[in-house]
Amino acid sequence: MSDPQARAAIEAAYRTEKRRVLATLIRLLGGFEPAEEALHEAFAAAADRWPREGVPVNPYAWLVSAGRFKTIDRWRRQARLAGVLPELTALAEPVAEPTMPEPIQDDELRLIFVCCHPALAPDARIALTLREVGGLTTEEIARAYLTRGPTIAQRIVRAKARIREAAIPYEVPGRTELPARLESALQVIYLIYNEGYAATEGPSLTRADLSAEAIRLGRLMVELLDDAEALGLLALMLLHEARRATRTDAAGDFVLLEDQDRSQWDRRLIAEADGLIRRALATRRVGPYVLQAAIAAVHASAPGMAETDWAEIVALYDVLLRVDPSPVVALNRAAAIGMRDGPAAGLLAIDGVLGHGGLDDYHLAHAARADMLRRLGQNEAAEASYRRALDLASQPVERRFLEARLDQLKGQGATRH
Amino acid sequence: MRYACLIYYHPKTLFGGAPESNAALEECAGFGEKLTETGHYVASEALVLPEEAMTIRVRDGKMSTVDGPFMETKEVLGGFIVIEASDLNEAVQVMSAHPLAKIGSVEVRPVVDFSEPRPEL
Repeated sequence: MSDPQARAAIEAAYRTEKRRVLATLIRLLGGFEPAEEALHEAFAAAADRWPREGVPVNPYAWLVSAGRFKTIDRWRRQARLAGVLPELTALAEPVAEPTMPEPIQDDELRLIFVCCHPALAPDARIALTLREVGGLTTEEIARAYLTRGPTIAQRIVRAKARIREAAIPYEVPGRTELPARLESALQVIYLIYNEGYAATEGPSLTRADLSAEAIRLGRLMVELLDDAEALGLLALMLLHEARRATRTDAAGDFVLLEDQDRSQWDRRLIAEADGLIRRALATRRVGPYVLQAAIAAVHASAPGMAETDWAEIVALYDVLLRVDPSPVVALNRAAAIGMRDGPAAGLLAIDGVLGHGGLDDYHLAHAARADMLRRLGQNEAAEASYRRALDLASQPVERRFLEARLDQLKGQGATRH
Repeated sequence: MRYACLIYYHPKTLFGGAPESNAALEECAGFGEKLTETGHYVASEALVLPEEAMTIRVRDGKMSTVDGPFMETKEVLGGFIVIEASDLNEAVQVMSAHPLAKIGSVEVRPVVDFSEPRPEL
């Protein structure tokens, strides 16, 4: 085998197998640090041996085995110095080679539950999941979250120390614990997805990778747990993903739902999501993810804004508001009422939500209000609301959209009556 | 990614003859080998104490050199190791095993990637 061929094989293995090898090594070696060291040694060994011996049939199994034996060797050397050899005998016993696909995925699932453990700070859960399960580097995570490398590194160091101190077991939680633990894991996955989806500015490659990774994790949860909310979350992410290409135009500017080219929506993803939602609804245990997915599915199946079943959407928001009584959900419901019953009813509903407080600093609330006013022809009031939204918006793409709306209003001149 | 790991210590603590300092100095010799084995090693040098150093400044086209710095009471830069690691967390983990981390401190500095824009300060 030539060197470039072997190097290409190692690079491919690094891209595709690294995460799974690490997840298995964490289980076999009982901790993050020895596993990461072993992973590095395994790839160093591959760089040395694959050019001479050829690329193994199953790179994953080869790397796991190499990493494990390198670690045992190292521990033996250290043990000889410290004189505690017997303790290592158990570890050196041959175990079944992990060649089956099932245990590989189990290892990743265990790892997700460890990384999303409620004992860890929410920020730390995201950073740890992206690094240990997603295989992103500290620096990539920092770039995606627009923060500094050391901040992320510190979070990961602390989270790992916490896992050691609290002796968080490396396992999929049992039936009694599962609901709470699952909620945290799904939340982390959705936050990762949103970070990759909502922000279209900045290093776009890393951002899209975040969404792809979240969907991969979502699929893993569905395959291995068959839980209604896990199904709902995956469906929701797939429905967002189906529209990704139409959300921004060639210049990278934001395109509203009503102006999106629906013929470009990915019908394959939408069909897959529909199937997932049906499976979730059949369990009769609907939660916020299933409901949000169902709402997104109504949009996805409509040929246009006018043909959208707004009554169905409002009804779904009513149920969602009962399980998740948050002001943002109330705002979305108000906007849907504006579509079902007209802008006057919508404005009334939005002002009702704003009146409850909590959304005064939320730019989308003011943008939604401005939209109702614009449709009512109250251009001056609409302008004021767009301005307020603009003051609060931080993302360049959103700011450009709001500025464009303001320009349009000015172009129309004085208020129509 | 590459990281320059700068090792600082108090000269009087490290070379003061305490058993733990002497033990740490003994261990230093094997650390580079260990890094080579795991594929992290790129380069390293240990530095003579700053008394032997010269400091250069050019201001208004004139160069001035001074001896030193002499800072017996402060931590001094004692050496550096350049390592290859997948990210900052791995670099920190690798260098936390350095014997002098127990006596002095190790600063892990990412090496500049010139394709990135300069920092705006």
